[in-house]
Amino acid sequence: MISLAGRDILHAWGKFVFTGMGLGLLIGVTLVMAGVYRGMVDDGKALLDNSGADMWVVQKDTLGPYAESSSIHDDLYRGIRAMPGIGHAANVTYLTMQVRQDARDVRAMVVGIAAGEAGTMAGWPPYLVAGRQITRGHYEAVADIATGFRLGDRLTIRRNQYTVVGLTRRMVSSSGDPMVFIPLKDAQEAQFLKDNDAIWQSRRRTEANPAFNRPGVPGLLDAVIASQSTNAYVNAVLVRLKPGHAPDEVAESIHRWKRLTVYTRTQMEDILIGKLIATSSKQIGMFLVILAIVSAAIVAFIIYTLTMDKIREIAVLKLIGTRNRTIAAMIMQQALVLGVIGFVVGKITATFVAPLFPKYVLLMPSDSVAGFFAVLAICALASVVAIRMALKVDPAEAIGG
Amino acid sequence: MGGKGIRIEGLKKRYGSGDTAVDALKGVDMHVAPGEVVGLIGPSGSGKSTLLKCLGAVIDPTVGRMVLGDEIIFDDGWKVRNLRALRRDKIGFVFQAPYLIPFLDVTDNVALLPMLAGSPNAEARAKALELLTALDVQHRARAMPSQLSGGEQQRVAIARGLVNRPPVILADEPTAPLDSERAMAVVRILNEMARKFETAIIVVTHDEKIIPTFKRIYHIRDGVTHEEAGEGRGFD
Repeated sequence: MISLAGRDILHAWGKFVFTGMGLGLLIGVTLVMAGVYRGMVDDGKALLDNSGADMWVVQKDTLGPYAESSSIHDDLYRGIRAMPGIGHAANVTYLTMQVRQDARDVRAMVVGIAAGEAGTMAGWPPYLVAGRQITRGHYEAVADIATGFRLGDRLTIRRNQYTVVGLTRRMVSSSGDPMVFIPLKDAQEAQFLKDNDAIWQSRRRTEANPAFNRPGVPGLLDAVIASQSTNAYVNAVLVRLKPGHAPDEVAESIHRWKRLTVYTRTQMEDILIGKLIATSSKQIGMFLVILAIVSAAIVAFIIYTLTMDKIREIAVLKLIGTRNRTIAAMIMQQALVLGVIGFVVGKITATFVAPLFPKYVLLMPSDSVAGFFAVLAICALASVVAIRMALKVDPAEAIGG
Repeated sequence: MGGKGIRIEGLKKRYGSGDTAVDALKGVDMHVAPGEVVGLIGPSGSGKSTLLKCLGAVIDPTVGRMVLGDEIIFDDGWKVRNLRALRRDKIGFVFQAPYLIPFLDVTDNVALLPMLAGSPNAEARAKALELLTALDVQHRARAMPSQLSGGEQQRVAIARGLVNRPPVILADEPTAPLDSERAMAVVRILNEMARKFETAIIVVTHDEKIIPTFKRIYHIRDGVTHEEAGEGRGFD
């Protein structure tokens, strides 16, 4: 038996190809949307991977440092480092801000990394694509290439200037902002540094406060002002474990003795994916549902129209003894072919368009496979209306009268 | 092959029920022998289409008896179970417009019926080519229907009606869209095919040009048929 669907498609190939291309663009958008979600998850995991930490020690009862603000004293890491099972502990600060370079500015996450030997410190960029790691205590920076900065560029963060000495790749925040690494002390200052007017007004207030400005206690006022203009806080302590130590046990120990909250890698992943990007993923999920419904409606309409155009032929086919299932199969096969054309066009479109998006779009093969079967299922469902109509056609219509 | 043609006895068809019931056929008797071509003539609303649909196993008569070849297909409410297979294997249709399947070439338009009946593609195409040759359209075997003239399309439609060698062919105004010359050519072909394949052919027509060609004519009026002898001109 010849394929009636195949012959009809070959006969009207232009109609199928152009309709498939239109559908393909819609499927391409759907695949990109799924890729945006995967990119967000991957950004979150990259953030955790690239931090080089096994555990995150943060302010008690906060979800810091990525999902909530967290502030802990910068000398706590010494005590943590001395605890059983801890191989390495390093302070880190995170601050999302606009980093200026000449006339332009780039939204970036500024990361303050503790001084130490390159390659051994948690929080440092694990690899560079150009230049070198930070070697000086102040005013050097390593930037992700997504910032667009180049080696030797001069960046302005708050009131200080930094020279880009190294470039790295895929170092992004959970929201996809590229990272700029600077020395910890500079980052601490940048986090809480006020402008000159604010500092001046703050000093005036302190001077006016009789509790701090006592005539009988020389040096008190200067000490208070000095304490107000320095920052002894960081956002978290990144911890690496010694081999053979269970993260949960070490975390419990730090929580108990240091009165701090500790997150293991698994817990931090849950925070990033389950809480930080949960709303975005729901949003994307809604879009995917809407796009699936729109795709189904379009396929249903197209197949219905194509079937309507063939009512007389279907009546003749039924009159000369064609089985209902042969006619149903013809319509469903056409819907599936339309879906396959649409999927191929959509996949090609998504592959070429994804790199043009400002944020990371990760097209996973498993999503494509799932998408392919979803498209086939949608097309099969969408053809039901046309099939029902075709099966209702009276063979007597071919005779007329 | 043809068998015993078609025989209809006391066929009635009622649409609706109660006060709104309409008797479209009030007792039709008809017999068409194998190899015979008869005309069925009647004004609009006389019951022609209803009779054609009953003969084509598209609608069920209310009462009466229909015998196709050696097989009783309807007998006072009883009917054969598989009407689809009956239409495919025992009845050929030729319509006013050819209604060829536009996405199949000429050969496959004709070969489709035997394929639907389960014949292998090559065998079905061989049958189709044999008929296309008999109807002198074998040179258009690979053409699409849209590339054929009206006369060629009608010959292909006749080939499709004949391809399963049905005992009866129902031709509904087969010459209506054709000029005199082509109309006569179609009637000549129907007569030749009826004789060659021992097929009973019923031609429903209004076409004054071809009415004199029938040897027997059934007039239908108000749901009742009357048989009369035709002139039988030209196809002895």
